[in-house]
Amino acid sequence: MSSRSHARDEAAPDRGNSARDADGEPAPALVFVEKVRNALRLAAVGRAARRLGLVPGLTLADARARIPGLVVAEMDRAADAALVEQIADFCDRYTPLVALDPPDGLILDITGCAHLFKGEANLRDDLVGRCARAGVEARTAIAGTPQTARALARFGATAIIPPGGEAKAVRPLPTAALGIDPDTAIALGRAGLKTIGDLEPRPWRPLAARFGEDLVAALRRTLGREDIRITPRRPLPACSAERGFAEPLLDAEAALGVLASLGGQVMQALERRGEGGRSFEACFFRTDGKLFRLAVETGRPMRDAKALMRLFTERLDALADPLDPGFGFDLIRLSVMAGEPFATAQAGLDGRAVEEEEVAALVDRLGARFGVQAVQRFEPADTHIPERAVRTVAAAARTGANPAWPAPEADMPPARPIHLFDPPQPIETLAEVPEGPPIRFRWRRVLREVARAEGPERIAPEWWRGSGELTRDYYRVEDVSGHRFWVYREGLYEREAETPRWFLHGIFA
Amino acid sequence: MHEILSRLRASLAALEKAAPHAGNGLFGLGLPAVDAHLGGGLARGGLHEILAPATADAGSAAGFAAALALRATEPGRSIVWVRQGYGEAEAGSLHAPGLAGLGLDPDTLILVRVRDAVSALRAGAEAVRCSALGAVVIEPWGEAKALDFTASRRLALAAGRSGVTCLLLRMATAASSASAAATRWQVVAGASPPLAAGAPGHPTFDVTLLRQRAGTAGQSWRLEWNHDRRTFRDAAPLSRPVVPVPAGRPAGADVVALARTG
Repeated sequence: MSSRSHARDEAAPDRGNSARDADGEPAPALVFVEKVRNALRLAAVGRAARRLGLVPGLTLADARARIPGLVVAEMDRAADAALVEQIADFCDRYTPLVALDPPDGLILDITGCAHLFKGEANLRDDLVGRCARAGVEARTAIAGTPQTARALARFGATAIIPPGGEAKAVRPLPTAALGIDPDTAIALGRAGLKTIGDLEPRPWRPLAARFGEDLVAALRRTLGREDIRITPRRPLPACSAERGFAEPLLDAEAALGVLASLGGQVMQALERRGEGGRSFEACFFRTDGKLFRLAVETGRPMRDAKALMRLFTERLDALADPLDPGFGFDLIRLSVMAGEPFATAQAGLDGRAVEEEEVAALVDRLGARFGVQAVQRFEPADTHIPERAVRTVAAAARTGANPAWPAPEADMPPARPIHLFDPPQPIETLAEVPEGPPIRFRWRRVLREVARAEGPERIAPEWWRGSGELTRDYYRVEDVSGHRFWVYREGLYEREAETPRWFLHGIFA
Repeated sequence: MHEILSRLRASLAALEKAAPHAGNGLFGLGLPAVDAHLGGGLARGGLHEILAPATADAGSAAGFAAALALRATEPGRSIVWVRQGYGEAEAGSLHAPGLAGLGLDPDTLILVRVRDAVSALRAGAEAVRCSALGAVVIEPWGEAKALDFTASRRLALAAGRSGVTCLLLRMATAASSASAAATRWQVVAGASPPLAAGAPGHPTFDVTLLRQRAGTAGQSWRLEWNHDRRTFRDAAPLSRPVVPVPAGRPAGADVVALARTG
């Protein structure tokens, strides 16, 4: 059965929802306000306030006039969004297909997942119960299309709609339940079309002509005549393995042990598919709804559970806050986020292939510990500007043929320094002739007397960049104590600059 | 109690045995005078320290480390170079064409950039354990507190076990702390024998062997690196000494009364 659930979480307004205080006094009416068009208006109201007739959209002044003892709080949409994200994380335990329905809703595609929880009703009860324990009230509906479920959860009753019953369930709902913009809903209301049931028998073509194709599409989907996929908020894993616990797991070590055995399972699954994993994600679901995610990436397809566990422990070591079981983990999942065809390499007689494997594994371990971007390789770039002539790329991400580096000229000293400053460091110089090398210069407060010099090597700016750079004349200089530097003069005399500036760009070995 | 102690001693001895310093062979500098003084060369799979006393000598020290790494590495094997981020700001980033100019193919180099000295040592230790590498250069910056005797001992043991030469490049420090390194070198830039028209010559280093575990130390040499043959050669003497030779100790003297350390 193709079913979808929609969970609506009234997060913000329900925070002050304790019906009565300890001493039996009725809870104060709580409202959340927000500035809309220069007036403070109610953005959300608590249950007590709703009972007193306050509705979102009312100005605060009006609300105060009606209910003098109003408790007012600032609306914090960012915090609400963060809470919804956290609930979405928690919902990952039911299905990998979770989509946000802003501002306060979630859509879960539970196709094929319900049987794992012994039926849709049980799944729903589990979700609502867990939310309630965390202090969040959830309104849910399960139906054949996401739009039907959404309309029912927001405007109808908590329900599980059997397949084919969508149209009947949504007919009594107001047109706003279609998820159309409010102006359209008002315009429809003026035409006497108050409910979805009023709209359905009308000819749809004039409706589309008057209100746009979107209305008809929404109508079709809400009535269950057309089904579209939701866009999940996280990428779908290639395959995954998970284990739930009736009794929460309180020990982080034990959790890692479970992860290791899950590693064995996903590797078997990968082997059946003829693939190896490039990117893995471990999810530790805590009973209190918090979720820990750990992700590792590898430079080449991997099918070794032991090596995977080493990467995860490296990753854990690098975390500022350790894996905290709190009140225990009740579900642990290991997903392969990306797989690639796995070629079983034949070990050469010289062991070169084995060595390459080992180096790749080292790169993965270092990447897991210090971040993939921290482990780099050099790549030449097609330019003469020294600071752009080399790119560093993540070693794990580099593919393809090894780039060719220019071989050094025979019996000539290196033409480029071993250390390069980016940006180049300004120096004060004293030059004997305008077009010559400096005879002494001051770098980092030390005066250096030039004993030998070679140059210039002229590097012209790349005019096609249009960045207004100047021509550089590079000199290799050696001072009397034997330090070799790479300095340049920026700008040609009298053509590009009146008094050219000098820079130190690198240090030679 | 005694039993525990003797068991611990036995396990320590087993650890020591697991690090055969001579078992991995030696690599020479390619200069007979120096190699003879080192007893044939430097231990492959050993820990060697290279000190640069000042920031301006960072380039020379890095060049000497690259040259030693090249000498220690079989062709085709990778070299891992771990750098601390602060060094990048102080002495500039490693420039691949410059390394290529020294004869080191940048394609064999894996650069690891980390934030602090502790991370540098951790990354280095991890790399040293991988026996598929040719050499590992670890470059913490300044007086690193984390780099104590225990840390160097750990590196030395790991290097001995995997046979990967570990070069500890210590910039801007005159480290006097104890260390488990097989040798300790101080490198400053040396005046190069000039080329035609007074151009600066090949990379030249004034190196001093500060300490040697299995022999005497205290000698200084002026070495020139030749990238074509990947070997050091004695730099031709200059008309005027730029760095004074230690008094009463001519280069190449082989009897020096120094206490063995480390």
